[in-house]
Amino acid sequence: MELLLDSLFNGVAIGSVLLVAALGLAIVFGLMGVINLAHGELMMLGAYTTYVTQLIFKLPILKPFYNSYIIVSIFLAFIVSGVVGILLEKTIIRKLYGSPLETLLATWGVSLILQQFVRSVPLAYGTGLVISLLIGLFLPTTFPSKIKESINFKYFKFSSWIFAALTGVLTGSLISSSVSKLSRASARNVDVTAPSWMRGQVEIIGTAFPKTRLMIIVITLISVIAITLFLNQSAWGMRIRAVTQNRQMSDCLGISTEKVDIITFGIGSGLAGVAGVAVSLLGSVGPNVGGNYIVGCFMVVVLGGVGNLLGTVLASFGIGIMTDLIGAGRLLSIWPDMPLPLSNTINFFATTSMARVMIFALIVMFLQFKPTGLFPQKGRMVEN
Amino acid sequence: MSLSKVKFDKKIVLSFWIILIALIIAAPTLLPVFRLNLLGRYLSLSIVALGVDLIWGYTGLLSLGQGIFFALGGYCAAMYLQITSSSEFPNNIPEFFALYGVEKLPFFWEPFRSPVFTFFAIWIIPALVAGLIGFLVFRNRIKGVYFSILTQASLLVFFNFFNGQQKLINGTNGLKTDVTQLFGQMVGSEFMQRIFFWITAILVIAAWFFAKWVVKGRFGNILIGIRDDEPRVRFTGYNPVIFKTIIFSIAGGLAGISGALYTVQSGIVSPQFMTVPFSIEMVIWVAVGGRGTLLGAILGAVFINYAKSLVSEALPASWMFIQGGLFILVVTALPEGVLGWIQGDGPRNLLQRFGLKRKIETYPSLEVNNKEGNNE
Repeated sequence: MELLLDSLFNGVAIGSVLLVAALGLAIVFGLMGVINLAHGELMMLGAYTTYVTQLIFKLPILKPFYNSYIIVSIFLAFIVSGVVGILLEKTIIRKLYGSPLETLLATWGVSLILQQFVRSVPLAYGTGLVISLLIGLFLPTTFPSKIKESINFKYFKFSSWIFAALTGVLTGSLISSSVSKLSRASARNVDVTAPSWMRGQVEIIGTAFPKTRLMIIVITLISVIAITLFLNQSAWGMRIRAVTQNRQMSDCLGISTEKVDIITFGIGSGLAGVAGVAVSLLGSVGPNVGGNYIVGCFMVVVLGGVGNLLGTVLASFGIGIMTDLIGAGRLLSIWPDMPLPLSNTINFFATTSMARVMIFALIVMFLQFKPTGLFPQKGRMVEN
Repeated sequence: MSLSKVKFDKKIVLSFWIILIALIIAAPTLLPVFRLNLLGRYLSLSIVALGVDLIWGYTGLLSLGQGIFFALGGYCAAMYLQITSSSEFPNNIPEFFALYGVEKLPFFWEPFRSPVFTFFAIWIIPALVAGLIGFLVFRNRIKGVYFSILTQASLLVFFNFFNGQQKLINGTNGLKTDVTQLFGQMVGSEFMQRIFFWITAILVIAAWFFAKWVVKGRFGNILIGIRDDEPRVRFTGYNPVIFKTIIFSIAGGLAGISGALYTVQSGIVSPQFMTVPFSIEMVIWVAVGGRGTLLGAILGAVFINYAKSLVSEALPASWMFIQGGLFILVVTALPEGVLGWIQGDGPRNLLQRFGLKRKIETYPSLEVNNKEGNNE
C-alpha cells in the first residue's frame, strides 16, 4: 500500500511537470495547429528568469523579501516568456500560418538562436533586452485613444521604442554592475536554490515528500485552474474557443483572429515560462534544459488530443505514472513472485531511459486504436 | 513550388559530366587526406539528404527521425568491422565487451560475421525499420506535424536504447572502426580512405539516378499528388498508405547506406548520430538546396557542411546563430531553396528588378517555362 502511494505520488510529480510544460503547447497547437519547437527554449527562459530574480533578491534592498522570490519569479517568468513568444508570433509565425511544417522548421531555428543567445550574452544584458522589448511592445498600447488614432502615431511609437532601448541598456548595466554573477556570459549550468521554507520534506500518511515537488504540483494546479477559468469564463477565452473550433466562421462573425492568435501565443509561451520555474526547482539550469522536456510534451499533446484540456491533464498524469511504474521497476516490488521471463523483461526496462522506450511503444500501440488521441475533436472535414 | 526545369544544351550536360568524373578521379591526389576525408563524409551525407528530399520534397512527409536509419546503417557496418578484427582479443569477441564482463557474443551480432549479410543488412535493416514505423503511422492517417513529432519521438527512443545498452553495443561510447581491418587493410589508413572516397562518389551518383528514376513516371506523380492533396489521391482510388510506406522505407535504406559510408570515413559510430539536432539539420540541407530538386539536396548537404566546418574552425560560437538564421530565412524568404529559385522565376525577377530584362505581360499569361502545367 505504501509502495503504491509512493509510486502514485512520484507519478503525479513527474506528470505535473509534464503537464505544466505541455499546457501551453497544447493550447497553441490546438488553436493554430502550430508546433512550436522553441517551446523548450521558452521554458529555459523561464528557468533563467528564476535564476536572475533569485540573484536580484539577494541585493541588500530586497534581502528582507528574499523568501518570496519564487512567487515573484513565477509572474516574471510568465511575462518574460510571454513577451518573447508574442515577438516570435509577430515577426515569424504569423507569416507561416497554413504551413505547419515550415513553422516547425522556423521555430527550430529560433530555438537554436535562443540557446546560443543565453550562452554568449551576459544575463544582465539579456534582462535589459527583455525589459526594452516589454516597454516597446506595450507602451504604445497604453496611450490614450486620441493619440493612437492620430496620424503621427508612428512617431509616438518610434519614440517609445527609443525610450525602451535606453531603459533596457540602463537596467542592463545597472544589474551587471551590482550583481557580478550576471555580468559575464557563460555556457555553464547554474543552480537555483529554493528558499528556506521550501527545503525539507513533508510527511503525508507516513511517507515523506520533498517540499519542492509539492510546490511544483501546486504551481501546476494553479496554472490549470487559471487557464480553465480564463478559457471558460472570460470574453477572450470564449473567442479563443470559437477560433479553435472554426477559424473562418469566427472571422466572419467579427472576431479579430489576429488578436486571438497573439493572445493565445502569448499565454502559451507564458505558461512555458511558468513551467521553466518548476523545472528550475528540480535541477540545474542550462541552455539545453528545455530540450529534455520537449519531446515528452509532444507525447502528451499527441496522446491527449487537440483542443481539450482534460485530455492533456489525463495524458500527462498517465505518462507520469507509467514512467514511474516502469522506470523504477515498481511492478516487481508490488508483485514479487512473477514468472521469470516477465520479471526479466521488466528489469530490462527498469531505467529512466528504457522506460521512455517502453512508453513510446505503448503510445504508438494506443494510437493504433485511437489515432487522434484520447479526446479527438469532432468534425466532418476530410482533413484532420 | 515550381518543378519546371531549365533545359540545358547537350554539350553542356556532357561537359558537366566529364568535368565531374575528372574531379572525382583526381580529388584524392589533389586534396590533402584531411580535406579529402571531409569531402567524402559530406558526400556520404548527401545520400541521406536525397532520401529526405524524396519523402519531404516530393511526398510532403517531414521526417525528423532520419538519424535512426542513418545510425542503423552505421552500426551494421561497424559491427561487421569489429567482429572481423577481434581475433586477438579474449573470447574472440570485440575488445569493449571485456570492459563490461561479457563473455559471450550477443545473439544479434552473430550474422554480422558474414560480409554478404552485412552488405545487405546495411540498407535492408534500416529500410525494414523505416517501413515498419511508417506503416504503423500512416495506417492511421497520422500526418503533417503529428508524423514529424512521432518520428522525432522514435528517434529519441532509439537514442535512449543505443545510449543505455553498454553490454550489447557499447552504449554511449559507440563502436570504433578506424583501427579495424577490412580485407587485410586498416580502415583508417590513407589507402582505404581514398577507396572509400571513390565508393562514396560512385554511390552518390548511383543514388541520384535511382532517386530520379523513382520520382519519374506514375509512381512519382502519385507521390507529388499525395504531397499536394492527399484526400483527392485517396478518392481517385489509390491507397496512399502503400506509396508512403514504400517511399519512407526507400529513404530509410538510402539513410542506411549513407550512415555506413559516413561511419567508415569518420572512424566511429555512436548514439550521437541519433541526436535530435542532427536529424533536423538533414532537413535544412535539403531546404537550402531546394526541395523537390534532388540535385539541390546533394549540393545543399555538401555546401552547408563545408560551410559549417569552415565557420566552426574560425568562430565556434557563431555557427548556431548562422544555422538558426538559415532555418528562419529559408522558410520565410526562400521557400524553394537556392536551386529551386534558380530553376524557377527567381533570376528573371531579379533581372527585371534591375531593368535588365523586360517583363512579358500577356493574358492569359504566356507559358514561358510551362509552369502551370506541372503542379499547383
